Amino acid sequence: MKLLFEKSVPGRRCTILPPCDVEAVELPEGLARAETPALPELCETDISRHYSQLCRQVHGVNCGFYPLGSCTMKYNPRIDEEMAALPGFTNIHPLAPKHTVQGCQAVLDTAKAYLCEITGMADMTFQPAAGAHGEFTGVLLIKQYHEARGDHRRTKIIVPDSAHGTNPATAAMCGYQVVNIPSAQDGCVDLDALKAVLGPDTAGLMLTNPNTVGIFDENILEITRLVHEAGGLCYYDGANLNAVMGVVRPGDMGFDCIHLNLHKTFATPHGGGGPGAGAVGCKDFLIPYLPKSVTQDGPGSKQVRSFTGNFLVVVWALAYLMTLGRGGIPEAARNAVLNANYLMEKIKGTFSPAFDRICMHEFVLDLSAFKKETGVSALDVAKSLIDYGMHPPTMYFPLIVHEALMLEPTETESRETLDWAAEVFRKLYDLAHTDPDWMHGAPHNTQIGRPDEVRAARNPVLRYTP
Amino acid sequence: MKYPEELQYTKSHEWIKTEDGVTLVGISDYAQDALGDVVFVNLPGEGDEVTAGEAFGDVESVKAVSDLISPVTGVVCAVNEDLLDAPELLNSDPYGAWIMKVENVTETEALLDAGSYEAFCAED
Repeated sequence: MKLLFEKSVPGRRCTILPPCDVEAVELPEGLARAETPALPELCETDISRHYSQLCRQVHGVNCGFYPLGSCTMKYNPRIDEEMAALPGFTNIHPLAPKHTVQGCQAVLDTAKAYLCEITGMADMTFQPAAGAHGEFTGVLLIKQYHEARGDHRRTKIIVPDSAHGTNPATAAMCGYQVVNIPSAQDGCVDLDALKAVLGPDTAGLMLTNPNTVGIFDENILEITRLVHEAGGLCYYDGANLNAVMGVVRPGDMGFDCIHLNLHKTFATPHGGGGPGAGAVGCKDFLIPYLPKSVTQDGPGSKQVRSFTGNFLVVVWALAYLMTLGRGGIPEAARNAVLNANYLMEKIKGTFSPAFDRICMHEFVLDLSAFKKETGVSALDVAKSLIDYGMHPPTMYFPLIVHEALMLEPTETESRETLDWAAEVFRKLYDLAHTDPDWMHGAPHNTQIGRPDEVRAARNPVLRYTP
Repeated sequence: MKYPEELQYTKSHEWIKTEDGVTLVGISDYAQDALGDVVFVNLPGEGDEVTAGEAFGDVESVKAVSDLISPVTGVVCAVNEDLLDAPELLNSDPYGAWIMKVENVTETEALLDAGSYEAFCAED
């Protein structure tokens, strides 16, 4: 497929500018570019067809099954989009006088109230633009809290070895030393390993629950108690909240601050680079350190992003919350867990779960024995799934499972889709025994076959040159 | 998979060899195979102090980024800068491609000999 730049024809345009009705002004000396920028010149048909063609080549949740573990690729209901497209939400300015944007303020306040209720937090900010930004903000709250008490000895953040890579990165970005603790056999926090590293230098612990292998850590109350006893705070990574929203509250598990990925759990679009929203909630005693928008009243406007963050994402999320309601939110979580267990049971007997027990919203397959037997890797299976019209699961994560494939079907898939997915997995399992070479070469039916990822990583070409 | 007899190994899959008071550290054949094609290596700086059991750098493969764990406590006296341009050396010649040299070693982690390490990898 040609790039827009390659379709460019000199002089071609798709805008008809009205005659200029003001006096033309030349740019001051030195501000004009020496050369015309190399922008493509196209007519509207070319552009429209180009993007429609691109659209046919991608796989989104609107095209088919997308069980990308840890990403909660649920379907985003159209009504949410309709609400977020209302002109009263789209045609506003962040500096508009307060009395003219009361509806928008009501959206933020209502969403905050609902999300605080769901998570057991006392207050929340919508400023952070995505999950990692939310983590950064949340850990800064912990840091401020210790510093405000004059407790400068707390230099370490504890992160389990199954954590998302953003957790240690966040702790390091906030100036903390990262202490990695190994997981127990069942993938949960090893209490002895935790006790061994807790001390007067512990600033806090970062954790997801259910954890990265899709298991609810039954020791959670003991874990948060131990951290608090050592004087540290507990940070909840909301990555896996979809399994428990409306059922169990992070606040009741003993967490002091959290972030939510509104773009995952609360069905706002994601996967295309944003915009997302990493709302950060906290308990009472951390409220003084929470960022405040300049449009909000009161002193102390520490900010992590301009104004109120990605406001329209909050509108999407609120529409989702109000559509599902008090009954629908926990029902969605329960169906997410049911779907994951159903699919895991259907796949069992071919590929093996890494932890053979009831899972939460996602599960991990361990293909290391399968690879030894057939020579077909988790990567080969993932690429082969593309030929069957399925988005691959998350691969090689979490790191504590070798040859991992991590599946999160979400609640929005039907039983028929799950049956079909299990059937595809079974076919590929058989194919690996009869025609492994086909799988080493997959995908075969896509515009681009298997990219040379090693070459791309070693010699990245980041700029288009004609 | 090779497990040279003259080297010692850690459970986090580094190898070490001590010559004239200087300790060479690299990653094992098993480690490079598990990582897959290495595309980037983050090296420590010369003069850095490293601590036994703690990360001294990381390696990035197409699959993941993994910490390199120092088997010893001491001071880095040299790093293998060839790896910056050719990280694939860790795959093609894991026992030739040392990562760092450490001197003034004051502490060493529990190490495995080639036989025990091979048995450990077989279990993993």
